[in-house]
Amino acid sequence: MEKKKEETKRFNESGIEIKPLYTNEDIKNLDPLRDIGEAGNYPYTRGIHRTMYRDRLWTMRQYSGFGTPKDSNRRYKYLLEQGQTGLSVALDLPTQMGLDPDDLMSLGEVGRVGVSLSTLKDMETLFDGLPLDKVTTSFTINATASMLLAMYLCVAEKQRVPFEKVGGTIQNDILKEYVARGAWIYPPEFSMRLIADTIEYCAKYVPRFNSISIAGAHFRDAGSTAVQEAAFTLADAIEYVRAVLERGMDIDDFASQLSFFFYTHNNFFEEVAKYRAMRKLWSRIMKEKFKAKNPRSLVFRFGVVCGGSTLFPQQHEINTIRVSYQALASVLGGVQSMFTCAMDEPFSIPTEETARLSLRIQQVLGLETGVADTSDPLGGSYFVESLTKEMENKIEELIEKVETRGGMIKSIKDGFVQKEILEEAYKKERKINSGEMAVVGVNRFTIDEEEKELRLHEYNPQVAKDQIELLNQIRRTRDKEKVRKHIDQLRKIAKNGGNLMPYLIDAFKDYVSLGEVCQVFKEEYGTFQQPTVI
Amino acid sequence: MINAERRIRFLIASPGLDGHDRGAKVVARALRDAGMEVIYLGIHRTAEEIVKSAIQEGVDFIGLSMLSGAHLILTENILEKIKEEKIDDIPLVVGGTIPKKDIKILKEMGVGLVFPTQSPLDTITTAIKEYRSSRKS
Repeated sequence: MEKKKEETKRFNESGIEIKPLYTNEDIKNLDPLRDIGEAGNYPYTRGIHRTMYRDRLWTMRQYSGFGTPKDSNRRYKYLLEQGQTGLSVALDLPTQMGLDPDDLMSLGEVGRVGVSLSTLKDMETLFDGLPLDKVTTSFTINATASMLLAMYLCVAEKQRVPFEKVGGTIQNDILKEYVARGAWIYPPEFSMRLIADTIEYCAKYVPRFNSISIAGAHFRDAGSTAVQEAAFTLADAIEYVRAVLERGMDIDDFASQLSFFFYTHNNFFEEVAKYRAMRKLWSRIMKEKFKAKNPRSLVFRFGVVCGGSTLFPQQHEINTIRVSYQALASVLGGVQSMFTCAMDEPFSIPTEETARLSLRIQQVLGLETGVADTSDPLGGSYFVESLTKEMENKIEELIEKVETRGGMIKSIKDGFVQKEILEEAYKKERKINSGEMAVVGVNRFTIDEEEKELRLHEYNPQVAKDQIELLNQIRRTRDKEKVRKHIDQLRKIAKNGGNLMPYLIDAFKDYVSLGEVCQVFKEEYGTFQQPTVI
Repeated sequence: MINAERRIRFLIASPGLDGHDRGAKVVARALRDAGMEVIYLGIHRTAEEIVKSAIQEGVDFIGLSMLSGAHLILTENILEKIKEEKIDDIPLVVGGTIPKKDIKILKEMGVGLVFPTQSPLDTITTAIKEYRSSRKS
């Protein structure tokens, strides 16, 4: 009987077999120096710094935003007071889609899932009392990333903060939008041009700013495995690097400003191994494929979100537990910045209270558990080193497959990536429905839940009216002649070539609106035609 | 004898601005595996596009996937268009992040079936087939 139990095979979500016991036999072929290395040294498997969190914990950066800029400004100040160490701005869907609040398609969405930003006035209000040389800001913005960065730099100028001191991130990763998140506007060619413009501009003028956060997170939340998440992200990164190199830039000019973003899901050691494997793979890609020389170009820096599709509405308090384990895995994986979801995430964006508790997860982790006292505590583990190598092999194999069939852009246009992810999403849904994949509170240990009277964040429809009113006021009072000139200039540069960033900055300075800018590019380049084959 | 049971034609679209389509696509797959013909329109679809397609494709159901929380206002919008184009005999099916209290409101608006996130796939396919049978009789 005992023997039979041991013989049942077990696999992690990426399909790698997990044995009952790992020993030295499993890692004897790994060369400690070549295959693993030391923290802070190539190939960075163990971490990007020798001392990792001892001098400074990872950045606690809670994704947040809703309503008017004033509403969000208040929440940001609250979160900073509560101890978070960086800002992470959630934009509403109209802002993400380049639409002003009065656009017909903006109906019902102004200030709902994030803050509404339409003109520079909004960005100024959002950062009122938040000095840009004292705080770093991450914007989860993609199709309109260049525009929001331009607005942010206008604020820096108004605050008299030199661009060299401005720190933060724009997600700016359109490829994953086409696949898994849907906040795209333009076709790939123009979108890639906007991205390359921002990377080029930041390399020259905003050196502390991460000009892109290449994201796997959304593939994951769309149902991909950890291996797919990693491989598709690195393959995306290869496309972005190629696009910038095509402009004649040197790899070492901009590589240190590339960053990454992932989900940490539930399979603990798979997540740790995933991050360790990616650090190693990226440094090898940079060194071997792109011939980067500067050590700062080889370093894989990433942020994570814990929660998302791993959270469920049933017995929702359990979500805090799930997120806590995921946060621990992220730290043991060597993350640079983290967002921990709140327990009411399956219902709504968080209230002050639930947002506060989710921040406490990171604070307890960093200050009470001691896991931040040493770098890569799991290094040397028979299991973790063996799993890291296996994950590395599988990720590399999938990157190769994508590259061989023509790269990510091609594989997105022809629906390959979407299909691969949907397969996994469908399989997983069936497994949860059948109970094969255990989810506590959902298909195990369910309780008869009374109609819960949850206090949830509520959408305020007045926000739309207020934002439209403000926009109308700005349109009445701004210099209309200047606005017209900016629109013409943007159209000219968009058509004939040149880096759009300086022109965007100038346009927003004179209160051209986001919708007005985006409309110009839509007229010149059209919108993406989505594949609808399932 | 009356024609053999022909396959259910089911349209799925995400109206408005939200771009998350995992749910819509997974349900589309499940419906297809259950023998239905699925017409998948994708994301960012307007009420006009959805209703026009429903008429062109001669569908039996119009399915909407909404995850941003704007489901009440977006559904209202589409029901208006459905009324305008006189296709109220095609039932509307809504899925997504729908809180319990909104299910009743949607049904009162005129929605036929509501499937909040977490609805098991077999529950969805069975409910649709039963809905169709009950309407035929």
